[in-house]
Amino acid sequence: MANAGEEIGTAAFGGAASEAARTAGSSQAARPARRQRIRIFEDISRRAFAVTAVVSFAVLLLVWSILSYGKMVNPVFLPTPGAVVKTFADLLGTQAYWHHIGISVFRVTSGFVLACLVAIPLGLVAGTFRIGEAFLEPPMEFIRYMPAVAFIPLIMVWAGIGEWAKILLIFIGCFFQLVLMVAADTRQVSKELVQASFTLGATRWQAIQTVIIPAVQPRLLNTMRLMLGWAWTYLVVAELVAVNSGLGYAIMKAQRFLNTDQIFVGIIVIGLLGLISDRIFAFLNKRMYPWV
Amino acid sequence: MSGIAASARDGDRTETARAGAGEIAIRGVTKNYGAGKKEFRALEDIRLTIAANEFVTILGPSGCGKSTLLRIVAGLEDASEGEVAVDGATVVGPGADRGMVFQGYTLFPWLTVRENIEYGPKLRGVPILERRAVSDRYLRVTRLEAFANHLPKQLSGGMKQRVAIARALANGPKVLLMDEPFGALDAQTKLEMQEALLDVWEKEKTTVLFITHDIDEAIFLSQRIVVMGAGPGRIVREYEVSLPGERSPEVREHPAFLRLKRELTGLLKHKEEA
Ligand SMILES: Nc1ncnc2c1ncn2[C@@H]1O[C@H](COP(=O)(O)OP(=O)(O)O)[C@@H](O)[C@H]1O
Ligand SMILES: [Mg+2]
Repeated sequence: MANAGEEIGTAAFGGAASEAARTAGSSQAARPARRQRIRIFEDISRRAFAVTAVVSFAVLLLVWSILSYGKMVNPVFLPTPGAVVKTFADLLGTQAYWHHIGISVFRVTSGFVLACLVAIPLGLVAGTFRIGEAFLEPPMEFIRYMPAVAFIPLIMVWAGIGEWAKILLIFIGCFFQLVLMVAADTRQVSKELVQASFTLGATRWQAIQTVIIPAVQPRLLNTMRLMLGWAWTYLVVAELVAVNSGLGYAIMKAQRFLNTDQIFVGIIVIGLLGLISDRIFAFLNKRMYPWV
Repeated sequence: MSGIAASARDGDRTETARAGAGEIAIRGVTKNYGAGKKEFRALEDIRLTIAANEFVTILGPSGCGKSTLLRIVAGLEDASEGEVAVDGATVVGPGADRGMVFQGYTLFPWLTVRENIEYGPKLRGVPILERRAVSDRYLRVTRLEAFANHLPKQLSGGMKQRVAIARALANGPKVLLMDEPFGALDAQTKLEMQEALLDVWEKEKTTVLFITHDIDEAIFLSQRIVVMGAGPGRIVREYEVSLPGERSPEVREHPAFLRLKRELTGLLKHKEEA
């Protein structure tokens, strides 16, 4: 009897417990005891990242399609994705367009490389020596805030309207920023590493060669990558004035005839070229500096 | 300098080849930071002589100026008053005769373990084969042979500090300056590193000026302990450490060890309360 009673008691207790668990489970179904999916700074899987990125593009495309195919916006202002794709294929099928691309790439590369050649050594000096900083940075900080575009009339006076004028504008656009950014990169090199080299017998010049220059390179390459993006922006500005070739010119010409689809193609091509150069830099950084 | 190059050539026997003995004389060193109202005296009239081949530890609480003193000996900072001389030559800047091991990890991350060790000899233009011999030797001394081609980022904290020691020694310095080199290591690794360091010191016979705030570490490692106090940093007392026989782990249980430990603990505690 006592035995049975005990059993009943246990059963009842067990039942109540599981009942409680069930209610707890159902009442918290909206806020499950699972980990949150979106957590501050935490990593997500590569797959989740890729899917989200694709979704993001899809949303963009969807909004564009609704607006254009739905005739919610005048097609003169906003061409349909289909029209842009067709124009893209048509234009890239012509030799003239490849010529525009070629000349634009040439201008960006020239302006950018020249800016790097001059700015990187200056930035290294400004970042390494306080006196270099005092001499170089205040004027650069000042000039940096003068918009490169405002130099265009001056550049036309100095360099006319030939190739050099475009290259010079890209150069001016990149140069001052670049000096300051390289100097900042250089100052981030660990002071202790430099001191370690001194205690190992390095001279000042050897410390620069064997510590500062190798140590700054990964950051330097990243800075160049950012700067190249800006160079493309200045290219378009440079090609909006007094030119008859280049992607910026192609965009301007399309505007004159209200060919918005061609404007879109021009913008997309520049975006793709920027993306390619960006990826090349990212790849180089990974390959060249495995020690980071 | 020629002595250092020679040490590379005759491989395992460097003692005789070292240029000079490595006596450190700290003569009335005072260090002030800041100026005017903000002036702050970090060190006051430090006088200390360390004999060639001696292993001396400076023991003191955080912030009493130990690092500052070591950096002045290294030539990385100037004394406000007084001077430091190594084998009679006044220190005016950092140099290869005074190797240094920092508390933070200061290996060159873009160089392999072997390249890090060969850094100093390479700067001096030691030919590659001799450099190889030097790095082989110090890889062996610090038991890092298996990691010669690893990058620093692949090493544990203890191994990084081994490389840092090997790198300093490969330069054939007269003195080795060590600023809490094992401070960031876990307890077990720390003990291993202390034994490894004594092992290396016995083979190399270089002068060691070691800094720590760890009493056990100071007693276990050194022949002499210099206790520093703060406000401003100054030398409080000195102790000769005389422990019998070899420094094996068991020595930590020895009555003489424990007696000195008690005394130093009392002294440092007293200082803090004062
Ligand atoms: N560059 C500096 N400028 C100003 N004060 C400093 C500087 N370096 C160290 N100090 C001060 O000097 C004192 C001693 O510092 P430090 O030598 O690092 O002590 P320890 O190594 O014994 O912990 C501390 O109070 C510290 O704040
Ligand atoms: Mg310190």
